Amino acid sequence: MRSILRVGAMATVAATALLTAGCSSPAADEPTAEGPVELSFWAWAPNIEKVVELWNEENPDIQVTVSKQDGGDPAVTKLLTAINAGSGAPDLMQAEYQKIPTLVASDALADISEGAGDLEDKFPEGVWSSVTLGGDALYAVPQDSGPMMFYYREDVFKELGLEVPTTWEEYADVARAVHASDPKRYLGTFSANDAGWFAGMAQQAGTSWWSIDGDSWGVDIDSEATEKVASYWGGLVEEGAIDNKPMYTPEWNAGLNDGSQVGWLSAVWAPGVLSGNAAETAGLWKAAPMPQWEGEEATGNWGGSSTAVTSQSEHVEAATEFATWLNTDPEAVQALADVANVFPAATEEAEAALTTAPEFFSNQPDFYDVAADVAETVSPFTYGPNVNVAFSAYNDEFAKAADAKTESAFVDALKAMQEITVSDLKDNGFNVK
Amino acid sequence: MRRRSHRFRSRVLTPYLMLAPGILLFAVFMAAPILYTLYLSFQRVEVSGLGLGSGARKQVFAGLDNYAAALSDPEFAASVGRVLLYGLILIPCMLGLALLFALLLDSRRSRATTFSRVSIFLPYAVPAVISSLLWGFLYLPSVSPFYYVTERLGLDMPQILSSGLIMFGIANIALWGGVGFNMIVIYTSLKAVPNDIYEAARLDGATETQIALRIKIPIVMPSLIMTALFSIVATLQVFAEPTTLRPLTNTLSTSWTPLMKVYRDAFTRDDIYSAAASSIVIAAATLLISFVFLRVVQKRAFGQED
Repeated sequence: MRSILRVGAMATVAATALLTAGCSSPAADEPTAEGPVELSFWAWAPNIEKVVELWNEENPDIQVTVSKQDGGDPAVTKLLTAINAGSGAPDLMQAEYQKIPTLVASDALADISEGAGDLEDKFPEGVWSSVTLGGDALYAVPQDSGPMMFYYREDVFKELGLEVPTTWEEYADVARAVHASDPKRYLGTFSANDAGWFAGMAQQAGTSWWSIDGDSWGVDIDSEATEKVASYWGGLVEEGAIDNKPMYTPEWNAGLNDGSQVGWLSAVWAPGVLSGNAAETAGLWKAAPMPQWEGEEATGNWGGSSTAVTSQSEHVEAATEFATWLNTDPEAVQALADVANVFPAATEEAEAALTTAPEFFSNQPDFYDVAADVAETVSPFTYGPNVNVAFSAYNDEFAKAADAKTESAFVDALKAMQEITVSDLKDNGFNVK
Repeated sequence: MRRRSHRFRSRVLTPYLMLAPGILLFAVFMAAPILYTLYLSFQRVEVSGLGLGSGARKQVFAGLDNYAAALSDPEFAASVGRVLLYGLILIPCMLGLALLFALLLDSRRSRATTFSRVSIFLPYAVPAVISSLLWGFLYLPSVSPFYYVTERLGLDMPQILSSGLIMFGIANIALWGGVGFNMIVIYTSLKAVPNDIYEAARLDGATETQIALRIKIPIVMPSLIMTALFSIVATLQVFAEPTTLRPLTNTLSTSWTPLMKVYRDAFTRDDIYSAAASSIVIAAATLLISFVFLRVVQKRAFGQED
């Protein structure tokens, strides 16, 4: 009996040693490529492999293989696991803008400022700041952006004699009128599931949740501007003019389809979602710029991603070359817009590529003119190294608030979000202002 | 000499050889991950400055900090409270129904028993994620046929996804999936009872109900205890149902159950260290509760036989 235990213990020790050894071996960094360079690319944009094919045909020396991911969040989780393990990360990675600080903080991304050349002028300022984090390094090449716009059912607006709201005050009036016409009908919903949506709203109001000041982080989630946004939505939910159920549920999809959701504050990629979730309403929707707070015309960004080179890549130069091509070469950008259905971030190339409105919006031929004008008004916004913590705090705190249906609960939720985010940074040892 | 070495080989080495696959699998897939989790639970990340770039974060020894944080976290305590309440609702219902169905199927007057048995068991074969999606649809008023019908009839149905009823909604999903399995376990032990016991009881003038209460239930007590133990463990580990329903409602938080909190800490907040500590706490609590339950109940159930 004793010796069985001993054998078991020895096997355990050996296995543990193996495991920990596997976790701490550093990644080799020597390019030893003979023959074509093989690059792996984790991405989830639909049909992106078709865009990559164009590259592979023209560049026999650098072959890129796409490995399809489920989406932004699971891909980041996988990448961080690979980074922690010391191996297994791809060369290239599609990364959402709000994930970049987290990835940089985990040392998952390579600085590609040397190889990429001068790209700054090709992209809108708001987008460029999220891939540089405001410094000299470049952590990714912007791929697509998601300037926010207001979508509404033109037929319902006509039927009720409503004007398209241009200010938030008007939006509230229209919301009341829509709900008054039918208690099941709403102009929109406040979704506690979509932190990126709310961050975009705050961005539009002219605030930034994080900031870098010297070598410390500033966290300003409960700024006056965001509080204004939170209490605005809390007020609308409290009086019942706006729905309080989350987006992206079967119920919400049904609402878009049967006309009980009459509008959607979304981003430029909305046509893809609407055509998938509310196919029966093709040609009935229209896009307009966001309703405005006082002051200059502005909008936020919801979604959008970039192409990053990981710190485990042994071919940083080749990978940088590919990432630059994918997002700035006219042919590649055209393909991104056509087959991957994204709104490319490179300003001029996007304008040249996007000429005809999406099929779902055939009733609005100037769809991309509206979008291009809106895209120029995106306010700058800095994401911090613990966006994940702030976003999951948003889910929990605003879900409580949306369930409580009071304006004060919304303001409290925002305060809680600030507190959770700051104390997480401090607990981990970050310098916090 | 040769003989002795042969005997050594067959008498001492062979048993180990036969045990080797088991020990190896246990070491690699159970012991090593557990030890690694233990190790992680005593670590944490220490960031310096802005935390950007290489070398800005390193793993340091945390002592018992992660455990202290887990045990003093009000969210963790609240999630444990919710799971206990959930268990109080679910387990009696599940075992009660499973026992009732097993007795009904075993009763002499039952017809179409095979069909009934299979149809009660079938939901068990549906993965929890799928069944949660199915029930999620049924709980959402605007896509649910139940709400459609009751609305046509002019009835005002309560919102199952509201904060007051969500617990029952989730317990219902687990009940639907779990009754069949527990019923089969109990039914199988009923089938093993020799028929002459029942005949003797009938000769003494016992009714079917009396036979069920006085003979069948005491006989299946050990399997009832086993199913109860399985149910307790499953309850403490509830994860798939609330996680799948969470995007549909405002009433489920990301730390609604202890395991959801572990998942959130590890994969949303990227903090595997405190997740490891919480996992160890949950595993220890599960062991303790199972042990106490068996201690308390076993004597009663098996005591009579001695």
